[in-house]
Amino acid sequence: MIRFEGVHKWFGALHVLNDINLHVKPGEVVVVCGPSGSGKSTLIRTINRLEPIQEGKLVVDGMDLLDKRTDINKLRAEIGFVFQQFNLYPHLTVLKNITLAPIKIRKVPPKEAEAQAMALLERVGLPEKRDAHPAQLSGGQQQRVAIARGLAMKPKIMLFDEPTSALDPEMIGEVLQVMKDLAESGMTMMVVTHEMGFAREVSDRIVFMDHGVILETAEPEEFFKNPKHDRAKQFLKQILSPMH
Amino acid sequence: MNYQFDWAVVTSGKYFEWLVSGVVVTVKISVVSIALSFLLGLVIAVMRMSRFRPVYWFAHGYLEFFRNTPLLVQIFFWYFGSYKVLPDAVNQWLNAQGFEFAAAVIALTIYTSAFIAEDIRSGVRSIPKEQMEAARSAGFSYVRSMFYIILPQAVRLTIPPLINQFLNLTKNSSLAMTIGVAELMYQARQVESYTFKGFEAFSAATVVYVGLSFAITGLMTLYDRKVLQPIKVR
Ligand SMILES: Nc1ncnc2c1ncn2[C@@H]1O[C@H](COP(=O)(O)OP(=O)(O)OP(=O)(O)O)[C@@H](O)[C@H]1O
Ligand SMILES: [Mg+2]
Repeated sequence: MIRFEGVHKWFGALHVLNDINLHVKPGEVVVVCGPSGSGKSTLIRTINRLEPIQEGKLVVDGMDLLDKRTDINKLRAEIGFVFQQFNLYPHLTVLKNITLAPIKIRKVPPKEAEAQAMALLERVGLPEKRDAHPAQLSGGQQQRVAIARGLAMKPKIMLFDEPTSALDPEMIGEVLQVMKDLAESGMTMMVVTHEMGFAREVSDRIVFMDHGVILETAEPEEFFKNPKHDRAKQFLKQILSPMH
Repeated sequence: MNYQFDWAVVTSGKYFEWLVSGVVVTVKISVVSIALSFLLGLVIAVMRMSRFRPVYWFAHGYLEFFRNTPLLVQIFFWYFGSYKVLPDAVNQWLNAQGFEFAAAVIALTIYTSAFIAEDIRSGVRSIPKEQMEAARSAGFSYVRSMFYIILPQAVRLTIPPLINQFLNLTKNSSLAMTIGVAELMYQARQVESYTFKGFEAFSAATVVYVGLSFAITGLMTLYDRKVLQPIKVR
């Protein structure tokens, strides 16, 4: 579904992605973790070309991202992206946030799009907020709407960049629950997160990055019990008991 | 001073009707030009922000050119200049439609759109870049992202400068009298030359312009308060 082969990216002189090789299969849930500045966001943003790559090969849903003939808007419509800061459209109601892309891009008739949006709002537990504006919602509610907005396009892949990092602790659970349900429904997901509980329980594989390099790829049990790389050990120690 | 005031001249009878017909024309020119200059301003603003160089340079040239030439020159250009290079058939058709009116609308629209485009562009700059990222991620092209997501937010932030541009446009429409459009100033001038009651005629015109300006400001402010601002953009 997503295949990185020897991918490199630079920001000026900074080598942010260094020889990335990774294959995400359909239905797989991959968690990306690593210290701040290690290139996790950049990695996940290359998948829908929010960040272009300079070298290597990146194929997503059969489309080559470096191929000039690839219709990037078509590819992006197949990929849901959930941001740390939600980035809902503040001038539109919750319902319109969800229906805008299906109506304008997929040409779904408005009535049908609304019905689908309501079904999604039920799924994320917010049907009563259909006519609210984003500013009237809590962070956790906004993020759940953002997930519904992504799902409205019936994407083949969902990408999450630290979806709970901007939330108050008591709201993290509700968002993770929605993501867990989504993972169980068979969605292909790539998730940048520091929520190690989620990683352990929900993911199929964990990718650990540092300084633009993938240092370790392992199944969650293996990664938590027996991390191979020193940097991974250190990272886990810090994140699991931050006081030490 | 032995000037005899005669306010009846402008409050009733034939001359009053002249003034009223002038007001109607002024309102028509203003409303049409406001709508068109706003739309054109949006388009030029988007072109000005394009990363495609030819489009960018066209918009850049457009802005510099029309902001830096006097409106009167532009009105004269469209009225006296443009028909020399147009085919006869087009000219005949334009004359039948009242070419003075069209020339005035074209000049006011283009002139004002240049200022509006700059205001909208600065509104767009204050929308966080993540909004564009969210729109592009959903699969919207750059231009569609602009029109569905960025501009609706930017315009909300641009209401005060837009009010200014619309007021300027309405007042500037008085220049249309120079090419014979029978708008308010033209009619006030007519009344003055028939009655020699210049004070009354131009006082009446002044009052109407002030009234129109208040109406525009009031309507836009109301729209802003009741429709736009309850929706927090940021
Ligand atoms: N647009 C940019 N221009 C230049 N440098 C950038 C840009 N975006 C990110 N960087 C740099 O690239 C490196 C990787 O950034 P990235 O955001 O991918 O890290 P991250 O792993 O997501 O970090 P965090 O956990 O803090 O979100 C960092 O050093 C960052 O400063
Ligand atoms: Mg990041």
